Amino acid sequence: MNKLISAVSPHFHTPRDTQKIMLDVIIALVPAEIASAILFGWRALLVVAVCAGTCVLSEFLFEKLCKRDVTIYDLSAVVTGMILAFNLPVTIPLWQAALGSVTAIIVVKQLFGGIGQNFANPAATARIVMIVAFSGEMTKWVNPVGFFTDVDALSTATPLVAMSKGGDVPSYLDLFLGNHAGCLGETCALALLLGGVYLLVRRVITWHAPVAFIGTVALMSLVCGKDVLAQILSGGLMLGAIFMATDYASTPNTKWGKIIFGVGCGLITVLIRFWGNYPEGVSYSILIMNILTPYIAKLTRSKPLIGGVEQ
Amino acid sequence: MKLHGIHVPHRKNTASLPPVRPEPPKTVTIPMSMHIGRPAKALVKRGDEVRVGTKIGEADGYISSPVHASVSGKVQKIDEITIMNGSKVAAVVIESDGLQTPDESIQPPEVHDLDTFIDAVKNSGSVGLGGAGFPTFVKFVTKDLSVFQEVVINAAECEPYITSDTRTMLDRGESVFKGVEALKKYLGIKKFIIGIENNKPEAIANMKRLASQTDGVTVHVLPAMYPQGGEKVLVYNTTKKIIPKGGLPLDVGVIVINVTTLAFIAEYLETGKPLVEKCITVDGGAVREPKNLVVPIGTTIADVLEMAGGLKTDPAKVLYGGPMMGIAVPSLDSPILKNTNAIIAMDAKEAKPPRTTPCISCGACINHCPLRLDPREIARAYKLANAEELEKLCVDLCMECGCCSYICPAHRPLVQTNKLAKAVLRNYQNSKKEGK
Repeated sequence: MNKLISAVSPHFHTPRDTQKIMLDVIIALVPAEIASAILFGWRALLVVAVCAGTCVLSEFLFEKLCKRDVTIYDLSAVVTGMILAFNLPVTIPLWQAALGSVTAIIVVKQLFGGIGQNFANPAATARIVMIVAFSGEMTKWVNPVGFFTDVDALSTATPLVAMSKGGDVPSYLDLFLGNHAGCLGETCALALLLGGVYLLVRRVITWHAPVAFIGTVALMSLVCGKDVLAQILSGGLMLGAIFMATDYASTPNTKWGKIIFGVGCGLITVLIRFWGNYPEGVSYSILIMNILTPYIAKLTRSKPLIGGVEQ
Repeated sequence: MKLHGIHVPHRKNTASLPPVRPEPPKTVTIPMSMHIGRPAKALVKRGDEVRVGTKIGEADGYISSPVHASVSGKVQKIDEITIMNGSKVAAVVIESDGLQTPDESIQPPEVHDLDTFIDAVKNSGSVGLGGAGFPTFVKFVTKDLSVFQEVVINAAECEPYITSDTRTMLDRGESVFKGVEALKKYLGIKKFIIGIENNKPEAIANMKRLASQTDGVTVHVLPAMYPQGGEKVLVYNTTKKIIPKGGLPLDVGVIVINVTTLAFIAEYLETGKPLVEKCITVDGGAVREPKNLVVPIGTTIADVLEMAGGLKTDPAKVLYGGPMMGIAVPSLDSPILKNTNAIIAMDAKEAKPPRTTPCISCGACINHCPLRLDPREIARAYKLANAEELEKLCVDLCMECGCCSYICPAHRPLVQTNKLAKAVLRNYQNSKKEGK
């Protein structure tokens, strides 16, 4: 007779774990990745591979160096790499993409304690660092050219720039399908929405933050007399709202916290888009709201069911 | 407001199996403490002849309960065994003569008012059979009958595997309603709610059928979402009343009683046969033929597993009760207690502990806690030994249902930390009281 295992209850556990959640996010990112390759050519896949690879490698090396448990198997570094790549122009030099990935993983994630401890979204923050460091390369936009064509360097304007500076704005259908200039993974709203629906169905994310984010942008666009549909289909809004404003560690956990977070992101995005110097503000809005997250969390903390007093 | 919970696998494999009554075991080991409160005092010594229902332990103090022999035969020895909370108590070991002769003193109790009713419940040896093991009679003691507004009959049976309460509702439904009549008569209560999870359609149908013949009884069908049977959750979901922190259901005018306990009380009032046997569900990956058994209290787990048809494989972990709140036993020599409602023998695969990884701050624990606690913050405060913060976070409200630990994708030991944190807070509060 073997010895019996003695353990404290519960003796059942959900089969879901961190790795499965991250795998779901990766699956949700795949449609947008395919779209990016179709739109911007095979180099889009290369940029994604370089970012994901560098993220995993830098996480591995950093943890080995610090003698910490290696966490690359949880796939969160792959997710960070993919999202960061989606936030870059397809023409980005690979060494810059790699440097951005190192920043995301080591500076933003690992230095604050690794998975679950980062206060800011690694991909959003790394993108901002790259905009500051490589402003030329980070704002070089090309039109979709098809998979087999190497990207040409004929730069063009993104729809948001076109809208604010007065240029040719693509049709709604082109905006929806991603057939316009922009970061490689942000243009195809259709693919991103597909991923979002998958995450909702798999209960990886809830609707609160994305709906609050996109809804606020839509409402403010309406109030300010802008083209609502073009505003929500342009720039990094879909990517940010679905994949970055729903990051676990850097956003509030409660329902109302998520809604406040989303509304805040929407307001800041609109402020920057309509009145700021930059044409796009999604990354900045997410970073600023990340910083406010502990306060929002405190404000919206769930109240224990203590009874005896008015609920 | 909706309380959170979790969807656990039901595995009610034995719901359609009426309990079988195997031959009594050769010996039984009956501990003097099978309830919350002080252990009973042993009344017998080595060599004494006992029969089924002979009182072998006298209640000691107010919150305590008498203990009765569950087999007829001879007292082999008075042993000392370690019970689940770690303390050592006396246990009477009886060698069975196999005849199950009832004690001749057994006769229906004389009950004509509240006091005699409470005495009868006390003498029956009844404790909360759902799992907590709180002496039943204490719930009925009052100076003012008007505090009893309604009774919530706990038939949720939200733990996976367990179907012994389901069987009570199917096989002993009349007894449940006789219990209702007794409470109406002696406690003057007019309103009864039976809370049953919706995964037991036959039991619900039977209870509804009987309720339609009785005044004041409603069947409240609950969602099959663990932990519907938790007292606070059950009372809220059936009455919308919130039991205050640190309080009892009676603080909101409610008596909560387990459905099998109620059926037992009714049967005791009719026959006078004290609590000497239990219907238990025997299931789990290591069990060859899962079934419901009626066994004498004190039967060892090893005997129970044998009675159920033996094991498929060596069990890796064996539980008193269900997998969500059950207690892992240290050895198969542990006896069936008054409040044991299941023995779950898990095989190696089921018992394999999950790998704990870092918290990813997903908030699943917060968003699944029925009492809206924040296990992540509690764990943080516990790590810092910050008792004041633990007090603010109301860790003492935690009923240890285990939803947080179940749902955590990083498989962190959250409810386990809550238990430790509760002890830290208790010490802090005690020392604060002493300081004043």
